[in-house]
Amino acid sequence: MSNQSTFADIEKSQLSASLVTANKRAQKTRALLLAPAVLTIFLIGILPLSIVLVYSFLEPGSYGGVKWNLSFDAYIQLLFEEDIFEETLTFNTAYLQIFWRSLSLAIVATITCLFIGFPMAYFISIQSAHRKNTLLFLVTIPFWTNLLIRTYCMLLILRDQGALNLALVNLGILDKPLPLLYTDFAVGLGLVYAFLPFMVLPIYTSLEKFDFRMVEAGSDLYASRFKVLTRIIIPIAKPGIAAGCILVFIPSLGAYITPELLGGGKSLMIGNLINLQFGQGRNWPFGSAIALILMVMVMISLFVYLNRTTRNEES
Amino acid sequence: MKTTALTIVSTIGLSLVTSSASAEGELNIYNWGNYTNMDMIKEFETEYDIKVNVDGYDNNETMLAKVEQGSSGYDIVVPGDYMVAIMIEKGLLAKTEPNKMSNFSNIDPKWVDVYWDEGRNYSVPYQWGTTNFTVDTTVYTGDINTLALLFDTPAELKGRINMLKDMNDVLNAGLRYLGHPRCNSDKAQLKELNDLLIKAKADWRTMDYAVIEKLTSKDVDLSQSWNGAAKRARKDRPELAYSYPKEGFTGWMDNVAALEGAPNLENAKLFINFMMTPKAAAMTSNFASYANGIVGSEPLMNEDLTSAPEIVMPAGAPAPEFVPPCAQEVADLYTKIWTNLLK
Repeated sequence: MSNQSTFADIEKSQLSASLVTANKRAQKTRALLLAPAVLTIFLIGILPLSIVLVYSFLEPGSYGGVKWNLSFDAYIQLLFEEDIFEETLTFNTAYLQIFWRSLSLAIVATITCLFIGFPMAYFISIQSAHRKNTLLFLVTIPFWTNLLIRTYCMLLILRDQGALNLALVNLGILDKPLPLLYTDFAVGLGLVYAFLPFMVLPIYTSLEKFDFRMVEAGSDLYASRFKVLTRIIIPIAKPGIAAGCILVFIPSLGAYITPELLGGGKSLMIGNLINLQFGQGRNWPFGSAIALILMVMVMISLFVYLNRTTRNEES
Repeated sequence: MKTTALTIVSTIGLSLVTSSASAEGELNIYNWGNYTNMDMIKEFETEYDIKVNVDGYDNNETMLAKVEQGSSGYDIVVPGDYMVAIMIEKGLLAKTEPNKMSNFSNIDPKWVDVYWDEGRNYSVPYQWGTTNFTVDTTVYTGDINTLALLFDTPAELKGRINMLKDMNDVLNAGLRYLGHPRCNSDKAQLKELNDLLIKAKADWRTMDYAVIEKLTSKDVDLSQSWNGAAKRARKDRPELAYSYPKEGFTGWMDNVAALEGAPNLENAKLFINFMMTPKAAAMTSNFASYANGIVGSEPLMNEDLTSAPEIVMPAGAPAPEFVPPCAQEVADLYTKIWTNLLK
């Protein structure tokens, strides 16, 4: 008995040894296969970001670059500054105003996209399969052209001598061109136009599998149309709405081209502010600090989104 | 960390550059984008049997950042005036002594003792121009040679102005209008400047580099502008006239120089000497539509250049002022005023 059991033990240990080597080999293969992706993420994601992080805690060098002395000035500068004209440290609102402008434009663009995109997505999802495909295809058409070119075309339409104003003047509706371009309205319109598909597509995806008999059931049970919308359709579309809002909000917050072209460049956005610090401002640490703060803002909104969706899944 | 990553990138870039070489020697030029006449480069290639590679940048600071990391592989750069001063101070330019080269006598004497390279030990003129503004003379019929049009805007031009989105160009124009010196750190004077700019901004429609398009589309009737751009805009809108304000204005010059540690330093010297020939200078002007600093190039330049009021300054206009780089303390104050203006 004891002999047999030792044999069995030996066999078992041999087996487990070969299992271990096989496991190790599999691990090795996995590591090798993962390496290119990890390396890419490290080289073009983490490494440059760590440089930005390190730079934000240094002193600005003369004519750009950095001096390797630890300093928190970049972050302090964002909120407080020695008054330009008096020698007192005052609360600085200039940068906050720029952040607020970017933030409010992004919020307005997101809400507008939601109000246009939700009915659009709903409309597409109740069509026949064939028409659905055609309509989805139409939604994606703008992606065929570069964002810069699309934004530039908006400029051609909106300007004083542009298509819209010329048409309105020639039809006798206006007697002189309406100054549409270089206003906040133009910037908002440009953002909504650029990012609307990002709202429509995720909402459509969440409504696509929706069983519309549930709407009928709701009506049969004397639910008003508004109740059907708020109690049945919106809860179902919620993950899509959240994803759409994130997808519109984040690029709007960092938007650079649209405000520059359609806004006329008289007001800075966060993106322009960062650019200024690395160029003529010659203050790389400050530029790095603003870039990081923008990223933290985006991360926070992502975490809020993730938290929400996981909570939704749990419930 | 940054150095390593950049070295890798530039080594790859360099190996791409070098692998295309076939001629005896090579020369790698790093110039502003769309600023090099390739026909002129061909002339140089055939004359010296040197293969030339041209690469582009969009502003002085980009070029400096790349060159400063070392081993960029470039031989020739074309920095603006103040950037030449910075690069010499940082030891980035090779002392090629163009003043001892055979074609040096072609340089217009007024471009020899310049603040950025006294006596021309490092660089030679490439192109030069002025930064002023250009106005539609049918919209505004008064005297255009004053900065008052920008800062105390007359009614016809209110809301019809584009300013360059360039901190130094806007702030320096303001300082000139107030009669205060450039590179200014006097708080009282800067406060005056700050108030002037904020008041004037209400009458500006846009702040953008796209000068030509803003003018030709009639989005604005006045734009701050470089002289070459003003000339090109006038082609489509003949009513435009380029102002030479009595308060003074900025001049600028881009210069050809070799980099310290250039892999093909001897070829770079040949190129610097070549750029001082009237023919090379004229070809560059004909391409980029700015003036050069080489005597004898005018007969070879296109007539629309030599007759353009934007390129040939009228007698009696003030001399252009070349503004040296300001101290960091001043740059910080300027950035604050600029940010405050655009908040």
